[in-house]
Amino acid sequence: MARKFLPQIATGNDLLEGDVVYFTEQGDWTRKHSDAVVAETPEQAETLLGAATLFPHQVVGVYLADAQLVNGKPAPVHFREIFRTKGPSNYFHGKQAEV
Amino acid sequence: MYSYSNFDAAFVRDRVKEFRGQVERRLDGSLTEDEFKPLRLMNGLYLQLHAYMLRVAIPYGTLNGAQMRQLAHIADKWDKGYGHLTTRQNIQFNWPKLKDVPDILDALADVSMHAIQTSGNCIRNVTADHFAGAAADEIEDPRPTAELIRQWSTDHPEFAYLPRKFKVAVTGAPNDRAVTKAHDIGLRMVRNKAGEPGYEVVIGGGLGRTPMIGKVVRDFLPRADLLAYLEAILQVYNLSGRRDNKYKARIKILVHETGLEELKARIEETFARNQTLLEPVDAGVVARINASFAPPEWDRRAVPDIPHLDAGFRSFLDTNIAAHKQSDYAIVTVSTKPIGGTPGDVTSEQMRVLADLAERYSHDELRISHEQNVILPHVHRADLAVIYGRLREAGLHTANIGLVSDIIACPGMDYCALATARSIPVAQKISEAFSDLQAQHDIGDLKIKISGCINACGHHHVGHIGILGLDRAGVENYQITLGGDGTETAAIGERTGPGFAYDEIVPAIERIVNAYLDIRESAEEAFLDTYRRVGAEPFKAVLYPESNKANAA
Repeated sequence: MARKFLPQIATGNDLLEGDVVYFTEQGDWTRKHSDAVVAETPEQAETLLGAATLFPHQVVGVYLADAQLVNGKPAPVHFREIFRTKGPSNYFHGKQAEV
Repeated sequence: MYSYSNFDAAFVRDRVKEFRGQVERRLDGSLTEDEFKPLRLMNGLYLQLHAYMLRVAIPYGTLNGAQMRQLAHIADKWDKGYGHLTTRQNIQFNWPKLKDVPDILDALADVSMHAIQTSGNCIRNVTADHFAGAAADEIEDPRPTAELIRQWSTDHPEFAYLPRKFKVAVTGAPNDRAVTKAHDIGLRMVRNKAGEPGYEVVIGGGLGRTPMIGKVVRDFLPRADLLAYLEAILQVYNLSGRRDNKYKARIKILVHETGLEELKARIEETFARNQTLLEPVDAGVVARINASFAPPEWDRRAVPDIPHLDAGFRSFLDTNIAAHKQSDYAIVTVSTKPIGGTPGDVTSEQMRVLADLAERYSHDELRISHEQNVILPHVHRADLAVIYGRLREAGLHTANIGLVSDIIACPGMDYCALATARSIPVAQKISEAFSDLQAQHDIGDLKIKISGCINACGHHHVGHIGILGLDRAGVENYQITLGGDGTETAAIGERTGPGFAYDEIVPAIERIVNAYLDIRESAEEAFLDTYRRVGAEPFKAVLYPESNKANAA
C-alpha cells in the first residue's frame, strides 16, 4: 500500500554555523520550523526540494521531512525532527536557547 | 610521555595550514560540499544533528596537564565550555563553527595534538589499556607499541582508502581493560616459553550491526616482527575486504566469509614477503619511543595512616582506586558520571582541576578510558585525601567506578546524525533510579552500556546489560542484551526479546537488577557470574511477565 502523503518541509544545516535551517516561502532560510514553507502535494514537494537545493554554498544536506499543520503552522512529526527544532535534551543548548 | 619530534610538529602544522586553505575554498564557493566533506572528515570534523562536531585524537588515551588545559581553553573560546570523552579515548567538541575550526586545530597543534584519522576509512586512533604503565597486573607498558603503531599508521599512503575504518587496541596486562577482542586487530603482550616478549594477535573482532569476538591469528609474534605482520594483515584486508557493501566491509566479515585458516595462510604469505622487502624498524626510533615511556621517578615518602575516614572518602577508596605496580602508589579513576549527569562530559573548569591534579600529584599524566572516565595513573597514596578533596569541590568525586551508574553512553540522538534514539537521557534516568550509592555498592560490579543506534559506539554488545536504542515506526524503542563482556573473557550479550518504550526502559532495567539481587548466591557473586550460572530465563521472566503467564496457561 502506498504511504499516505504527509505535508513536507525542506530542511538542512547551515554551512557556516552547522545549525538546523528550514526553507521559507520567500525562498530564504529560517531557524524556525514554524516559518517553513509547506508542500501539500507530491508535486509541490518535488518543486520545494528543487528550490531548496539551489543554495549549495549556504545550506548542506538538504532533505524533505514530514510535517503536520498545527494552527496553520508546520510542526515536526518524527521525533528526530522534533529534537532538531530544540537541541539536545541534556543541556539548554542549541535552538531551544537561541531561537 | 611521547613528545613530538620536529618532523611530527611540522607535519601537524602543515596539515592545519592545508585544512585552513580547504575551509577558505569551501567558504568562497570554490569547493562543493561533496568535495569538501571527505577533506573535513580527514580532519575529524563531522556535521551532526545540531552543529559541527570536532573529534580530537588522544593517542592511546594519554595526555598531560598542559594538553588538558588547552582542551579547556578550546572549550571556552570556541565551544560551550565542555567536552565529551569517547569510547575511543578521544574527546569531542559539540558546537564548533566551521570558520573557527582551523584556529582550533592550530591551538591543538600548540600542545602536540590534532584531529587526524579520527574519521574515515583509515586506521583510527590506536587505543590501549588506560592503566598502562601503572597497573599492578601489567606484564609490560603497551604504549610504546601503541605509539609505534601510531607513527606507522599516520598518513600511511597504502592504507588511506581501506574498505572501511580500522581499529587497533593494545593491552600489556592479562586483565583486558582495552576490549581488544572487539577490535579489527587486538594485540595482547605476552612472553613465550623462552621468556621473549611478543604479541598474541587477534583479528576480526568488532561490534556494530554484526558483532563478533576476534579470533587468534598468531599465538606468538616476536616483537621485532610487529609492523611487518600488521602490514601483512592490512594488505590482505585492503585487497580482499569487501567494497561492494559498506555493512560487510569490516575485516570481521572477511574473516567470517573467508575462514580464519585460509586468511591466516594469506597473511603469513604476505608477511614472509614483507620480511624480505621491508627494512626493519629503525632501532633509534624504537629506543626513542621506549625512552619516552620510561617510568617516572617515584616519590618514596611514607604512606601515612588515615585514621578517620569520612564515609564519602571511604567509598571513593573502595571503588575508584586500583592497584599500582608501586605499592605506595595508587591509580585513581575519576568518574565523569555523577548521578543524573551526562556520561563522559567534562566542563572546562573540571578539565583545569584535572590538569592541575595531574601536574601536582600524578607525574603530569592523565588518561582517558574507553569507559569515558579520566585516570590519574600515578598517585602517591599520601596524596589521596587531598586529591579527593579537590575532586569533591569540582563535582568529580562520584564513587561509582564499575557500578551500575558508571554507564557508557554514546551521544545518541541528542547530538549524533546517525542515531536512531536517545542514549544520554536513558543513562541519566538509570543513574537517578540507582542514586543511592550505598545500594550501588551492594549491587556491585555491573556494566551497563547504551548505544543510540546499531553502530554500537556505546559498546552495548559487551555490556553486562546492553541497551540499544532504535526507531520502531517513528517511536524510540530500546532492546536489551544480557551477558556481554568486554574483557579477556569477552562475550556478546544475548537479546532478551522485544524492546521497551522510552518510558519503560528504566523500570525494565530496575527489574533486571532486582531479579539479580534475589537470585545471586551471595553478595560476592557479581551480576555477570549470576547470569552465567542461571542464564537469561529468570531475567526474561521479570522483563516479560505477560508472556510468561501466557506460556504457563
